[in-house]
Amino acid sequence: MRRAEARRRRPIGSWLLPLYVTVAFVILLIPIVYTFVFSFNDANRSNISWNGFTLQNWLTVCAQPEVCVAFGNSILVGLVATVIATTLGTMIALALVRYRFRARSSISLLLFLPMATPEVVIGAGLAAQFLTIGVAKGLVTIIIAHTMFCLSFVVVTVRARVLSLDPALEEAGRDLYGSPREVFWRITFPLLLPGIVAAALLSFSLSFDDFIITYFTSGTVQTFPVYIYVAAQRGIPPQANVIASAVFLIAIAATLVFQIVSARRASRLRR
Amino acid sequence: MAISALVPAGAQAAREPERRRGGLVALALLVPGLAYLALFFLVPFVSLLITSFGINDTATYGGYYYAFYWQNYVDVIAQYWPQFLRSFWYALLATVFALLISYPIAYFIGVTIRERKLLRNLLLVLVIAPFFISFLLRTLAWKQILSDEGPVVGVLQVVGLMGPQDHITGTPFAVVFGLTYNFIPFMTLPLFASLDRLDKRLIEAGSDLYSGNASTFWKVTFPLSLPGVISGTLLTFIPAAGDYVNASQSFLGGPGTAMIGNVIQSKFLITVNYPQAAALSILLMAVIVVIVGLYVRRAGTDDLL
Repeated sequence: MRRAEARRRRPIGSWLLPLYVTVAFVILLIPIVYTFVFSFNDANRSNISWNGFTLQNWLTVCAQPEVCVAFGNSILVGLVATVIATTLGTMIALALVRYRFRARSSISLLLFLPMATPEVVIGAGLAAQFLTIGVAKGLVTIIIAHTMFCLSFVVVTVRARVLSLDPALEEAGRDLYGSPREVFWRITFPLLLPGIVAAALLSFSLSFDDFIITYFTSGTVQTFPVYIYVAAQRGIPPQANVIASAVFLIAIAATLVFQIVSARRASRLRR
Repeated sequence: MAISALVPAGAQAAREPERRRGGLVALALLVPGLAYLALFFLVPFVSLLITSFGINDTATYGGYYYAFYWQNYVDVIAQYWPQFLRSFWYALLATVFALLISYPIAYFIGVTIRERKLLRNLLLVLVIAPFFISFLLRTLAWKQILSDEGPVVGVLQVVGLMGPQDHITGTPFAVVFGLTYNFIPFMTLPLFASLDRLDKRLIEAGSDLYSGNASTFWKVTFPLSLPGVISGTLLTFIPAAGDYVNASQSFLGGPGTAMIGNVIQSKFLITVNYPQAAALSILLMAVIVVIVGLYVRRAGTDDLL
């Protein structure tokens, strides 16, 4: 009886859920579409109301030089922090999976804590430390901070990949008289690469979008989010929307390419 | 990209390979990264703790001098308890709303359309799409859409649901809305990860045993998705409690919506009262540790990382 009831109810669920998900996605994407549309707005400083369509903002992105400087800083910080965090994080991930040692749980805690601490506390802590030791805030302190909070995320991501690695492949390499170095660079590293790339992309996007920690560690240097926060009080120029939209489009394209490539790789390895 | 990254490790783990005894190699791999974390995470925390007992004095270099001044804590609690309460209340609301909104999305992607890989991956990309555009700009976009001149207020006033003097922006509603919106991906991804792992045969078994849809959900699906619920709620609650962008007046907040992050920021960077800013940060962290500790103990999870 109840089973028949369940069956009768199923048709409702079969369109209700997709409808709900569609509506949810539309709402989730509204601000993104808004940002993109307003990158074509024919407005000056305060890009609030629609003044007509223009391509001008896309052609003269650096007409508001601070926007481009801030964007350049974000890219620089993101790249340097990503390289350092990905290297250090991959090393930790390899050690955690491959070796046994006593301090494992305290190491896990040390890696977990930065992810579980509110950004405002991390920011204030770093700012207090830089103040205490008398380091002037600027690009270097931003990079130090970003590397720190990206590190744990890299470890988590790469660790998952190391765990899914079949040890037999490396054993085969050793059986074929590969030296540890050869085995690492010719077998382990290529197999870990998708995980490392994913970690690097995650790290870069975390760094690129971070505002709170950056604001506490940046001094007078502005990254893109810091620029937007400061400019929000007097109005954001449409060029900021152009940069954000361009980054969005590139990131989506990169994601799709990455997905396709890793899907291909996966199917090739399975065969 | 980040999809695999945000999926908890267990989801992809095949089998744990044999571990070798940690020797010099392990040490060499671990030390640089861990030293970095110690130096730039633990030391700053200690330095914050020390600062929180300092005495504010604009005449000294740095703006304060060391002491063992408990009074900072007493002062900030007496003065800022409303902002504290508000932060946790807003964060709680945002977490509950994000969970309610995200669960069906995660269920749809992870269970309903699991076999249609292309659609599934496409929708996952849509979930993380907001990460690719500055969250400050997205929040500003909402500010403008919800502003007094915006379409939402206009429609609601015509329909009569809002009076001519009512606002959306600057209200607690707008702040909780912004927090919920900004943290939905952080909730959806872990939920997806655990629902994606769920064995569909268990749901079928439930209905074979004459369990209705609702009771199958509450007795089978939901308990099995608990790891995702736990990590999603933590990933939302903790940063939401410390967030101050949504509640800022140039974003979605108003005079009466300041959260504790707003106070810390202005103490630290505007009024330059480092000891009080530090005391507030330590208190925020302490309350979060207690709440999360109780929650995790109740919900019961062993390995969060």
